[in-house]
Amino acid sequence: MHELSICQALVEQLEGIAAQHPGKQVAEVHVGVGPLSGVVPQLLEDAFSVARAGSCASASTLHIHKSGIVVHCPSCGRQSKALPNRLLCSHCGEWRTDLVSGDELLLERVELDEIEKPANTSTAYH
Amino acid sequence: MCDTCGCNITDGNRHLLDAESGHQHGSAVEVLSNLLHQNDHAAAHNREHFDRHRVLTINLMSSPGSGKTALLEATIERLGEKFRIGVIEGDLETENDAARIRARGVPAVQIMTGTACHLDAHLVHSALHDLDLDEIDILFIENVGNLVCPASFDLGQHYNVTLLSTTEGDDKPAKYPVMFRAADAMLITKSDLLEVLGDFDPQKASQHLRNLANPAAVMTLSARSGEQLGEWTEWLQQRFDQQQSRVADGVTRRPAIQPDGVALHADTHR
Repeated sequence: MHELSICQALVEQLEGIAAQHPGKQVAEVHVGVGPLSGVVPQLLEDAFSVARAGSCASASTLHIHKSGIVVHCPSCGRQSKALPNRLLCSHCGEWRTDLVSGDELLLERVELDEIEKPANTSTAYH
Repeated sequence: MCDTCGCNITDGNRHLLDAESGHQHGSAVEVLSNLLHQNDHAAAHNREHFDRHRVLTINLMSSPGSGKTALLEATIERLGEKFRIGVIEGDLETENDAARIRARGVPAVQIMTGTACHLDAHLVHSALHDLDLDEIDILFIENVGNLVCPASFDLGQHYNVTLLSTTEGDDKPAKYPVMFRAADAMLITKSDLLEVLGDFDPQKASQHLRNLANPAAVMTLSARSGEQLGEWTEWLQQRFDQQQSRVADGVTRRPAIQPDGVALHADTHR
């Protein structure tokens, strides 16, 4: 539901980056999304196709890197994989764990390419 | 802020960057900033406002109908003489909730979000123009009733309080982990109905919350009957006192996020 707001914020960031690179447009956008970020990757992808329209990223591809959930246990000192609603240490069962990864909502990297010059319309109808 | 130095690269996401290096086309810009960077920036600004005016700000979140406004009414009744309370109400439509609060003699600003399913820091900032923070000790932000989206948006509050009413089922924290993981306190509301319903186990609800590695206080209370409201008002009193000490020490507080999450989302805080 809120993925469109997030994509609009993303496009604003992309506009800022593109403005620092005159003559270039956004070709690829790489984001990292964890299961505990509150964002659904598929919905983010759908929303991006709407939010990018008319922006410097209108021809770009969104790549979503999904991370897994990893917790660190202060009690036994080990790390383990976990599920979104069960963040317990899988080694000793301790519930007071710290999240190592899984709540990312990151713009990781942007790739830019040259803005293509408009095609010569006089040859377009051959 | 640490959007550029790479300190928000964790063991969990480093491989994503490594895997991509070596075959780049065109020019690549490493960004590593939160997608909600601008919201977080506005939230930090709001938080500075609150701290400058020594205001304690609490974000109330829950599903629709779990009793957020009723809790506020009962809180105003008990603490209205001791603290100057202010309320920001978020709903898709109507001024109804703000009118209920104003009827208690407390200033309330209604944000009507239209179709938006959550409040964001910019909306809260606009609402602050209609409130005199010098006249407020505790500000409650009643978020849009929704257990999904509001959890992703920092508003500048100091604490998140999440309500779970006894009519909803005790497994809500397991169903909506993102929301309940963000709670600094979980209030099990409408406790006067526990006996009638018979199938809501507050212990189970607490267990589901602990399964999210969340040590937040759990209080079972009823705004209607008034039972256990003392524990809640005591919790607020303690948070207010802590806020005054933090302000005196020149530090602030963000709502419950795991320590590594704080590093990941670190923004403009000193």
